[in-house]
Amino acid sequence: MTATETRTYRAGEFHSFEGGGRRFLYLVPAGAVFELDSAAEKLLDRLRTGHADHDELMSELVAAGHSYSDADELLEELYHSHVIVTGDTVREPLANPPEDFPLQSLVMNLTNQCNLSCTYCYEFGEDKVATPEGKAKFMDMETAMASVDFLLGQSGTRQNVHITFFGGETLMNFPLLKSVVAYANDRAASQGRSIDFSLTTNATLLTPAIIQFLSENRIGVTVSMDGPPDLHNKLRVFANGRGSYDIIEPRVKALIANHRTRPITARVTLTSGVTDVVRIYRHLKQELGFHEIGFAPVTTSPDRLYSINEPGMNGVLAQFKVLADEWLEFALRGEMHGFSNVSDTIAELIQGVNKSHPCGAALGLVGVGPSGDIAPCHRFVDSDTHSMGHISTGIDRDKQSDFLTRGHINSKYDCHSCWARPLCAGGCHHEAFVRYGDTGHANLHYCDWIREWTDICLRIYGAVSANNPEFLDQFAERKAL
Amino acid sequence: MKHLRAVNKKARRIDEMVTSRNADVVALQQQRPHVPMGCTLSFSPGWEVDSAGGTAGLCQPVERDIYDCYVTCFWPAQVPDHLNNYPDWASKCATATKDWRNLDLVFP
Repeated sequence: MTATETRTYRAGEFHSFEGGGRRFLYLVPAGAVFELDSAAEKLLDRLRTGHADHDELMSELVAAGHSYSDADELLEELYHSHVIVTGDTVREPLANPPEDFPLQSLVMNLTNQCNLSCTYCYEFGEDKVATPEGKAKFMDMETAMASVDFLLGQSGTRQNVHITFFGGETLMNFPLLKSVVAYANDRAASQGRSIDFSLTTNATLLTPAIIQFLSENRIGVTVSMDGPPDLHNKLRVFANGRGSYDIIEPRVKALIANHRTRPITARVTLTSGVTDVVRIYRHLKQELGFHEIGFAPVTTSPDRLYSINEPGMNGVLAQFKVLADEWLEFALRGEMHGFSNVSDTIAELIQGVNKSHPCGAALGLVGVGPSGDIAPCHRFVDSDTHSMGHISTGIDRDKQSDFLTRGHINSKYDCHSCWARPLCAGGCHHEAFVRYGDTGHANLHYCDWIREWTDICLRIYGAVSANNPEFLDQFAERKAL
Repeated sequence: MKHLRAVNKKARRIDEMVTSRNADVVALQQQRPHVPMGCTLSFSPGWEVDSAGGTAGLCQPVERDIYDCYVTCFWPAQVPDHLNNYPDWASKCATATKDWRNLDLVFP
């Protein structure tokens, strides 16, 4: 028997939401989602106003028509799930990931050169962290092979690992990409493991032969593209200022038509004046035929002309909501919608992730620059400040530990009272550095936005789990693209 | 759980934890019960008392209890443990009903 008599309860840390006409809660310390029955709902409403002790609640429940055992069961369930807590409950800090966390992905920057001059580029733009002066411009085969061996060697017992090819413009070093695919497949197969590939490209250099190679080798492709010509050409320009839309349009169409082995994704960077999310989505999905489209606001310091201000971000949210509602309609009919911002969040909600760090950077993922320098992720590649070792000598554990300690949710005090922290964990390390000069700073400029967006996704999750739960199964194995 | 329905994987783990907490008598509550051999489910009359409330009239001696614990269960506090320290404790006791006197005390 437990001494329940002395317990004084208050509401635990959760976010309530409705979906599909039912009431749910998102239990923050765990990342768990529960649907409430009416008794639990009433009890939590009762505790919204403050504390109540066990006996008091028991008498109220019995007076409301519950049997004694049912009332007791209700309180015990809520208490042991930490939905309600006693007054002396303190927050438990999240544990650190294991120090020998095995690698899952390696982002290989085949080159830091690019044939476009997109104004907002985090590698070359005004807020760049890269210091490529004096370093190799193109990765050589030796470094690439060492990177593959490094990934396989540092990935523990994982059966399947992943390489993302990146740039600069990835396809400016396509010969190396081809050799790496062959080498990596060979090495993985010799260990009885598998390796898969994806790449990000601006699509300017796609040729039928390249497309055929990508399709034959099941290489996932993400195209950086910002929408129809008037929006895309604003910032995605060649060095002479000419927009790149006309060059890439036929190539993207050929890619989608002929690459049949993996879904083709567009990745849209939203900037001031390029916030017409619904129109961009319609263009990329319906007119060009991308399978999925993901959006992200540009990473920038707030005083750049292309930075989106707060009213702009509210507009973005309103348009995200339109697409999210559409996503839900599709899901209830059992159809896939291509708005990957929702799909990625749903995949995380299915697992109930509770992140110690916002992403896998420096944990399960590292970036490798053309010179062989290791960085926490592709966004920090070629930066002297953020270098985390070299492919020939391995990860510098001190620097890695410093990066991970800063980025840990336990160090971000601003996040400790936020219900969206299991999913957000303070947001992108790189964005934090650009905004605040510290990779471990919480990205406070979009907190409200993230909470509203997470709430929208939770409502969708609730509605689908109530009305078409089997639909969620297909997201269970999904990883963010 | 009855009042909370788990709708993601993490919630299902919490559900399992809370549910298993209540199941403190696990033996008969699982689908395939854990059957402790030689204990309550096998006929071992030494666990009982006789019609007079004593142990004199049992068909097996009361010491058989200890022997059952030693051979088939593992109650290290009550009986010498046969795994590590007293592997031969019952070696002179081939038939407990006859040889139970050979089960001696041990002094650790």
